[in-house]
Amino acid sequence: MSQPLLEITNLGKRFGGFVALEGINLTVQRGERVGLIGPNGSGKSTLVNCVCGTLSNETGSVYFDGQDMNGLSAHQRTHRGMARSFQLPRPFGSLTVQDNLRIPLLYTVNARAHTAADTQTRSHLSPAEIDARCAELLGLVGLADKADKLPRDLTQIEMRKLELARAMAADPKLLIADESMAGLSQSEVADIVALLIKLNERGITIILIEHIMSAVMSFSQRLVVLVSGRKIADGKPEAVVNDPQVIGAYLGQ
Amino acid sequence: MRTPIFFIVALLCGTAVFGAALWSGNDYIFYAGYVVLHFIVLATAWNILGGYCGYVNFGSAAFFAIGAYSTIALHKLGTNISRYFPDAIAPVAELIMPLPIPVLILIGGCIAGLVGLGTGYLTLRLRGAFFAIATLALAVVLQTLVVNWEFVGGARGAYVIAPQTLSIGNFELRYIHYLAFIMIVLVVIAITVARLIERSRLGYGFASIRDDELAAEACGVPTLRLKLIATTISGALMGMAGAPFPYYINYLDPASAFNLSYGVNSIAMPMIGGTTSWMGPLVGAIIIATLQQWMTVTFSSEWGVLFAGALLIIFVILAPKGIVGHAQDFLRRRRQQAGANR
Amino acid sequence: MDFTLLINALIAGLLLGGFYAAVTVGISVAFGILDIVNIAHPGFIILGAYIAYIVNQSFGVDPILIAVVVLPAFYALGALTYQIYYLSFERYGQEALRGLAFFFGLLFVTEVALILVFGVDYRYVQADYIDRVFRFGPFAIPMRMLIPCVLSLLMVWLLHLYLSRTFTGRAIMAVSQDQQALRLMAVDPIRIKRIAFAVSIGTAALAGAFLIIIQPVEPSVGREFIGRVFAICVLGGLQSLPGTVIAALSLGVIESITTTYAGPSWAPAVAFGVLLLTLALRPAGLLGR
Repeated sequence: MSQPLLEITNLGKRFGGFVALEGINLTVQRGERVGLIGPNGSGKSTLVNCVCGTLSNETGSVYFDGQDMNGLSAHQRTHRGMARSFQLPRPFGSLTVQDNLRIPLLYTVNARAHTAADTQTRSHLSPAEIDARCAELLGLVGLADKADKLPRDLTQIEMRKLELARAMAADPKLLIADESMAGLSQSEVADIVALLIKLNERGITIILIEHIMSAVMSFSQRLVVLVSGRKIADGKPEAVVNDPQVIGAYLGQ
Repeated sequence: MRTPIFFIVALLCGTAVFGAALWSGNDYIFYAGYVVLHFIVLATAWNILGGYCGYVNFGSAAFFAIGAYSTIALHKLGTNISRYFPDAIAPVAELIMPLPIPVLILIGGCIAGLVGLGTGYLTLRLRGAFFAIATLALAVVLQTLVVNWEFVGGARGAYVIAPQTLSIGNFELRYIHYLAFIMIVLVVIAITVARLIERSRLGYGFASIRDDELAAEACGVPTLRLKLIATTISGALMGMAGAPFPYYINYLDPASAFNLSYGVNSIAMPMIGGTTSWMGPLVGAIIIATLQQWMTVTFSSEWGVLFAGALLIIFVILAPKGIVGHAQDFLRRRRQQAGANR
Repeated sequence: MDFTLLINALIAGLLLGGFYAAVTVGISVAFGILDIVNIAHPGFIILGAYIAYIVNQSFGVDPILIAVVVLPAFYALGALTYQIYYLSFERYGQEALRGLAFFFGLLFVTEVALILVFGVDYRYVQADYIDRVFRFGPFAIPMRMLIPCVLSLLMVWLLHLYLSRTFTGRAIMAVSQDQQALRLMAVDPIRIKRIAFAVSIGTAALAGAFLIIIQPVEPSVGREFIGRVFAICVLGGLQSLPGTVIAALSLGVIESITTTYAGPSWAPAVAFGVLLLTLALRPAGLLGR
């Protein structure tokens, strides 16, 4: 299976006169662990938005699993196997933590069960199975005791864990974690990295967007650096962090 | 409680209320009660799109009037068969016309539902604010069309004379009692539908759209499709509430059918009663509509409508969860305290 | 083809359009810049019209003068309204449902309150110039339309200058794009928004005076303007004042021609029809934010 899972070609996005992304080329192979780093405002989240369909790109193309994503809405791309967490958590405020996880289970996992097009045949989850899956996911991120709480009762850190769990609930082929670890302690960071590596071993391709370099280095098989909307480095982590351009633009600070 | 059981229980309660009203011998209860009942349907219908999905509809009057004017148009056709139907079809028309009210309700509901679907399709891709304004635009455009449509009376209005009684077998029912009972059935249908949605996968989807549409899309919720479903169901129920109205009021003109008070009431009642549960619009409609009837009789109809508008503003600012919402909060806190004290 | 009729309809349309610009500019600020869907704006305008009516009736003062005097009160009213809106909805992110319901309630309560106080009869003001008509050849320019039109365009131009040349004005334009940057400059974005909203309601005082000079008013007239205002906003581009003026003039002309050739009973539908068409056919320009 040499066909890459995600192929971004010459992606460009502007907001009025402001060029957020320009000429982005990125290929992600199945099963890879890619780290994406760069200064604030360099366009990382914009890139995620364009890939996932929340924003539409003006130039370039996004091919996922061999299919052109052009014209597909965000929910259609999620059905095809993408999932992402938002950099600023966007929980469903009137639903409990557990019910937040129900949404992707009901609307992505169960929706896929009806599409023959999906190569990963999943069976339709019964309500009991959904409950079990929710509990399992909450346990994985350490939110098991908060299942019945509302998002407004959670701390920022707990909300980020909920974001990650919700993305995981969609049973994706590609998981994009956007700054899920901000504010976590050393051991919590290590826990989440271990969790992501375990997910990766199960077959999920992961793109990790982070500022916490320890996490990025221990997690990534490949490192991509974005500065001012352009990709300036893409390669093995050790090589990238020693690249003078990268040090000058981001790491040296 | 499973849905079919809920439906039967609600129907039995409604029938009991109906029976009590009959026994009282006071027909005024039926005339005033009809108004309260059709507002319950309107409020419940509004809440499916507004409270559950978070999309405000200012044009409830439009959907209500679609139901009413479908009835007027069909009534006109039915009472003038020789004039409007070619001879070939006339005998068939004679047989089925005038259409019974339940059929008119279905037709009114279908047309209103389709209009809701169409409006939604045109505007739901935009922000909620544009959808809200579009619904207001729809109400004005439809009103202008009806004002210029001579067949249903135009600006002068139309008369719809209902029989005094209805015979079912050997049993004779006064027409107002028949209308009131139909409305009770419609109320039961509306709250059953609302409750069914609340507890279903659809209800979760609606809530996710209301809370954060962008995140809902990212989670795989087909937001446009769900919004269209909500708009269609909501519009259809409002049309169904409007269909029997001409037979109740006997004379209808566009100014009354498209009255903005329908728009305000259908927003005020759920927001005051509570938007997160099927009980909210029910409670809100009963309280507001009853008080409005009293105010209309004691002062004037404007006072009744002013009351609803003022209460809407106050509740939206001070008690956003509505009566039912705050009551549920209160009960939950009592339970938590009781649990903590044990 | 009766050219006189057509030209007079065009003139009336342009004059009306100029006035529509004054009506819309308040929404351009509130909705276009602050993202506040103030559908109660026409209610404030009608309120202004009735205030002009009362004072004009009792003391014979020119309505525009009344509006200028009353402007600070409307400014204060706008500031108060924004404060309530912000404290109750905006800071919780509840504007979509509750904020809309709030403004709808305001619009409605204003209309019904006016009905209760003044009844549904049409009211009008008296001033010397109202009945005068400029005639040249077969063409007529009524003063009651020319003066409000000219003053409306003047008001819009002054607002444009304010927004582009003064510090506060530019802060208002900036608040829609980057609140964080404003904070870094030690400017409180909430205060800026409050000023902006207060200004938008201030324009309603003047627009109300213009309205009652152009035509007699009764409480439900405000509702017709909701469609016009949002149609113009959407057509003209939400943040562009020049675009608003062009769209306003265009709508005035379309309405005037429709009324002249198809009759006044179709007039209310024109603006709303234009709005529905625009929303339906131009989604790309209006999707999301």
